[in-house]
Amino acid sequence: MRRSAVRDLLIGAVVLAALVLLPVLWPSKALIDFVIRGAALALFATSLNLLVGYGGLVSFGHGMFFGVGAYSFGLLMQRTGMPIPVAFVVTIVVTAAVALLVGAICVRLKEIYFAFLTLAFQMFLHSLIILWVPLTGGDQGLLGGIPRPPFFGIDLGDQRQLYIAACVLLVAGLLLMRHIVESPFGFTLRMIRDNAARTGFLGVEIFRIKLVAFVLAGVFAGIGGVIMSLFVSGAYPEFAYWTMSGEGIFMIMLGGITTFLGPTIGTVILLLLNDFVTRFTEHHGLMLGAIILLFALGLRRGITDFLVDHWRRTRTPAATRRGH
Amino acid sequence: MLSVEYLSKSFGGVAAIRDVTLEFPTGSLTAVIGPNGAGKTTFFNLISGAIVPDDGRVLLDGTDLVGMSHTEIVHRGVARAFQVASIFPTLTVAETLDAAVQAHRGHAGVLGRRFPLAECQERSREVMDMLGLADEADTLSANLSHGDQKLLDIALALILQPRVLLLDEPTAGMGPEERWQMIDKVYRLWEREKMTVIFIEHDMDIVFKIAGSIRVLCYGRVLAEGTAEQIRGNPDVIAAYLGTETRGH
Ligand SMILES: Nc1ncnc2c1ncn2[C@@H]1O[C@H](COP(=O)(O)OP(=O)(O)OP(=O)(O)O)[C@@H](O)[C@H]1O
Ligand SMILES: [Mg+2]
Repeated sequence: MRRSAVRDLLIGAVVLAALVLLPVLWPSKALIDFVIRGAALALFATSLNLLVGYGGLVSFGHGMFFGVGAYSFGLLMQRTGMPIPVAFVVTIVVTAAVALLVGAICVRLKEIYFAFLTLAFQMFLHSLIILWVPLTGGDQGLLGGIPRPPFFGIDLGDQRQLYIAACVLLVAGLLLMRHIVESPFGFTLRMIRDNAARTGFLGVEIFRIKLVAFVLAGVFAGIGGVIMSLFVSGAYPEFAYWTMSGEGIFMIMLGGITTFLGPTIGTVILLLLNDFVTRFTEHHGLMLGAIILLFALGLRRGITDFLVDHWRRTRTPAATRRGH
Repeated sequence: MLSVEYLSKSFGGVAAIRDVTLEFPTGSLTAVIGPNGAGKTTFFNLISGAIVPDDGRVLLDGTDLVGMSHTEIVHRGVARAFQVASIFPTLTVAETLDAAVQAHRGHAGVLGRRFPLAECQERSREVMDMLGLADEADTLSANLSHGDQKLLDIALALILQPRVLLLDEPTAGMGPEERWQMIDKVYRLWEREKMTVIFIEHDMDIVFKIAGSIRVLCYGRVLAEGTAEQIRGNPDVIAAYLGTETRGH
């Protein structure tokens, strides 16, 4: 039962219903904004964890796909006048194509080389955005707002409706990623993470599995970017900057990499920290750094890793399972 | 039949395998022995395609395996277990074997369904039962006893339904009692599955007791081959072993 698809769908439906009801019970613009940003970043963090947690592929450049998603969607809406659903699908195709290209070059490399080459690609993309002013607006970002023409009676120009759309994308995206990690493919990915050499001896083409994981993770990060670009009605070079990838790493480290929802929880924690800490101090980077250090040195893992471990240890003396 | 002809491999200046020619008849149970550093593991690495020889051939029923990728060699029916158990620490025993079966059958990349695939579980159960791992099905591999980790490694090789099974020191690091249990399992496996089994072993009692025939490697060369009786009385072998003497784990 524990890996049942039906159970996941039920949980997804309940969570979605709760999210949709939330602003009805507690009408607050701040809450709506928080959840929309959270949806974008949680998809991004969870997609990064497909690579880091499940595949053992530590990417330092995952933010590039968040940026690609935001910019291609923004540009398509500004320049082609496509309906939103079409632009959404085209954005997914574009992100997948970029991820395929970058992945084909990067995933063959071993750990640190993989990490740095992904980072290099991200820097390249960021420079391209800064330099290609006529297309991207350079360091100003995509200005003038992103048109959001209504489709199927949905108007994403309305913050309430955008909220619901973000929640739907969040839950659907998480369910899809959950399905991926619980599929035969997901377990092959875990095998590669644990022992790539032996996985090869079982007849698995490791390159192909890693590449598919890289592309899938890129696509979900891109969807996060789309939500963000709708939220800010634009796209900024920071979306594709290395700090974006760094935040992704923070979020999954805070929340934990051995549970599926760890990155989502990490996202919420980071956003809350951001909001509260900036309210009380100007040294917000310093505070965040200290808190992250606390996690790293105190718990030595993310919050959900810690809780799951603790729960298992109190339940049975000899834990038989860990995380995924 | 598996045979190697004029097989050689050096690492830098060290000749790990020199001009080795050996035959392993189909369905035989053969022990490969030799002092530490004799080249035994390298010999398995060459047969299984983990490394490429400098010279020589590896023939499986007449087909030369040299130059094939290890994946290809696996598909031709040569599987191995490792000197240090090579397993997947964060997967349970059942998950490991289910995932191995699906990989072997070409379903490693399936995205549209949930793990485990029902049609793969029968085979993984079967192998678990064969090696007596069924009680540990839901145990995390990292938490298995040393002996069970070695068994799981062998189970992974069996999943591939090999014609030739290479076991690199299946009893390494075990106490005397556990050792005999392990070797008993290997022996029964060989009897039942009728495959060619080649195993590396340091314990002479075990070797003389169960191996139908024995190959002795020393400094990368074949020092002797024959039945237990022939090897027991071979002066070269005695000299080689008196010189280094068995390492007592
Ligand atoms: N990949 C390698 N690179 C360099 N030298 C190697 C490599 N593999 C093996 N050797 C060398 O080849 C020789 C044979 O090693 P091998 O591991 O085959 O011995 P072995 O008979 O299995 O020994 P043991 O009983 O200790 O397992 C040793 O001198 C070893 O140092
Ligand atoms: Mg060895």
